Amino acid sequence: MQYLERRASMELSPIARLVTNLLRIALAALIPLIAFYILYQGFLFLRAGNASKGVITLIAIVWGVGGVAILYWVFNWLVELLPLYWTTRLQPFVFVGPAMAILAWYLFLPSLRTLWISLYGKDGPPGIPLSLLFSSPNEFIALQRAQFVGLGNYIAVFTDRLMREAFRNNIFFWIGVATPLTVIFGLLVAVLADRSKFENFAKAMVFMPMAISFVGAGVIWNFIYEVKPVGSPQIGLLNAIVVGLGGQPQAWPAYTAISPWNNLFLVIIVVWLQTGYAMVLFSAALKGIPEEIIEAARVDGANEIEVFFRIMVPSISGTIITVTTTVIIFTLKIFDVVWVMTGGQFGTDVIATQFYRQSFIARNSGYGSAIAIVLLIAVIPVMVYNLRRFGEQEAF
Amino acid sequence: MKSSRAQRIRGLLLVNGVLLLLVLIWLIPVVGLLVSSFRDRFDIQTTPWWAILPHRKWEVVEKIDPRAQGLDASGPMTINGITATFEELRAGVTTPEGQRLQWIGNRRIGTIEVQDKVWTVSWKFTLDNYKQVLQGKSFVYTREDGTVVTIPGDNFYGALLNSIAVALPSTLIPILIAAFAAYGFAWMNFPGRRLMFILVVALLVVPLQIALVPILRDYAKLNLNGTFLAIWLAHTGFGLPLATYLLFNYISTLPRETLESAFIDGASHFTVFTRLILPLSVPALASFAIFQFLWVWNDYLVALIFLGGDRNFQVVTMRLAAIVGDRGQDWHLLTAGAFVTMVLPLIVFFSLQRYFVRGLLAGSIKG
Repeated sequence: MQYLERRASMELSPIARLVTNLLRIALAALIPLIAFYILYQGFLFLRAGNASKGVITLIAIVWGVGGVAILYWVFNWLVELLPLYWTTRLQPFVFVGPAMAILAWYLFLPSLRTLWISLYGKDGPPGIPLSLLFSSPNEFIALQRAQFVGLGNYIAVFTDRLMREAFRNNIFFWIGVATPLTVIFGLLVAVLADRSKFENFAKAMVFMPMAISFVGAGVIWNFIYEVKPVGSPQIGLLNAIVVGLGGQPQAWPAYTAISPWNNLFLVIIVVWLQTGYAMVLFSAALKGIPEEIIEAARVDGANEIEVFFRIMVPSISGTIITVTTTVIIFTLKIFDVVWVMTGGQFGTDVIATQFYRQSFIARNSGYGSAIAIVLLIAVIPVMVYNLRRFGEQEAF
Repeated sequence: MKSSRAQRIRGLLLVNGVLLLLVLIWLIPVVGLLVSSFRDRFDIQTTPWWAILPHRKWEVVEKIDPRAQGLDASGPMTINGITATFEELRAGVTTPEGQRLQWIGNRRIGTIEVQDKVWTVSWKFTLDNYKQVLQGKSFVYTREDGTVVTIPGDNFYGALLNSIAVALPSTLIPILIAAFAAYGFAWMNFPGRRLMFILVVALLVVPLQIALVPILRDYAKLNLNGTFLAIWLAHTGFGLPLATYLLFNYISTLPRETLESAFIDGASHFTVFTRLILPLSVPALASFAIFQFLWVWNDYLVALIFLGGDRNFQVVTMRLAAIVGDRGQDWHLLTAGAFVTMVLPLIVFFSLQRYFVRGLLAGSIKG
């Protein structure tokens, strides 16, 4: 009842005051109820999905975006009804709370839950009620123990032949080949474009694949790798060149005779997609180098290659590290390209395709979760680096 | 002086030449796809897409009936001054005049064609592929032996609508939530503020694979699997760390005086946020919006898991991947379908590239 103090006017009689306040309470309860009811009806409507597609799409957009806005408005309105002391205390949580709740539900808690699941067998932890622990502890422990495998999944992850292949591909081909190629091509285009007359055009064209999905890129490159029987005209660019040079046409990404080097045909796709990203960051960094420094070096007789390696590369080393880490994190989780191009066959499996296959096709959630945890552990150094950099900031 | 000028020109040529070569390499895959998507279904399968460029091709100028000439296909034959066996003629024999003789058909009833090499272009463009992909129109043709073959089209139109229904809220919801949070972190004081922001920074690089199994279980309990709400929330959750981080970096640098004078005028946090901060943050909001829109539109894994196998809810990437899996040789559908999935992101990308670049530069690490 503390919020009576806030705007209570002195002139009103006690009864009038009571009525006003009762109305206020009723309103405070009613408005959220109405809002929730409307949102719930919208939810039921969308879950049923009976209307035509266009209508559903439109309602989905209005309901989704409008609903979130209404929720904020309602909660803020409620908090502002409270006395000032409580408003200032609670309002931050209206602003920050939803984001933190979603982060907790979607990323933070799942990390712990996945870790927990990874210690169990095929079906994960048994779904037994906790009350059993108190009614018959022995049975509870026995049920738990029946599913518990400890580090068994992790041992399997590091010894399984397919997983070893996936690790080899991720570490050697994706981190070892795709990442440096992306950085080198990005740097090359950035440096060349900087001195070219058609800088903007060149940059836009190299950047363009960033807007294309991996599935789309998979189709584009599948078309380049397309193979036709010997003798008929090759409609794929690569095989047309190979045949033109007197070679044998091959389905290159599926060409197991050259395994594991067929991975390179998938690597090319990702380099093609990601170079634009590297180029944009390098281009911005290069423009940040003061012109005088470069001019001074040229006057001192340095040639262009010396200028590049002695001045430009050291000046943008921070950006090179950022780009390299981002691409490494990205390639670590590479999934779509491999899944669409080869389905992980022909020796092209990677960690994320193994994760998908184990978790969602073989339905072995314990094993799949162990693979996900391995992915998480792999990015921890970057996480620590980010946190350390954040710790150096003055703002907090 | 003269040599240095020559050197400079050579340098310029080298720079522009190499750059042009790189740009061509980057463009050719997309051009090939685009050109093919407008070509006739039969043409795509039998001639490469660069046949639209002028090229030399054998064309029949005369047909000779070997039986009328009294030729015996079992031994060497002499036609137009060329002596060759059936096998050689089958593969094609070039005459000194630059013509080619080729035996078409089998040994007993075949004919010999005299061919000339002529310049030609294969310019037969059509919108049929797009009609088949978008309207589900089937392609019907009759084989030589009289059997009628129907190649079903595909329904990308529904998938396009689904993609829009997934992508727009999945872009706008995290922006709204993150903007509130960023404002809270930047302009409000509360216990746990630092710890919460540390959590945001830490979650920036967490791979989303970690969340899929537990979230799928939650959704199964809530009966949410296969609904749009499920995928909006998932994309919101996975995009939120970056969104909060980017928007915080922007909002915290807005001039303090503007806000303080608003507070002195008696404005509440909510009013300041909606009336002042949101309009001022449009560049940052746009940066993240493009980022998230492209990410969601092009996403395959999250859609695959949370929208499941229900064909009615498939987004464009799932539809396209399904064609690759089921009918990977139907290039008339694949090329047009791939281009349909690319049009919207490409438009967004080229019209708002400036904001996208800004977003990339502001926060380059996403989980």
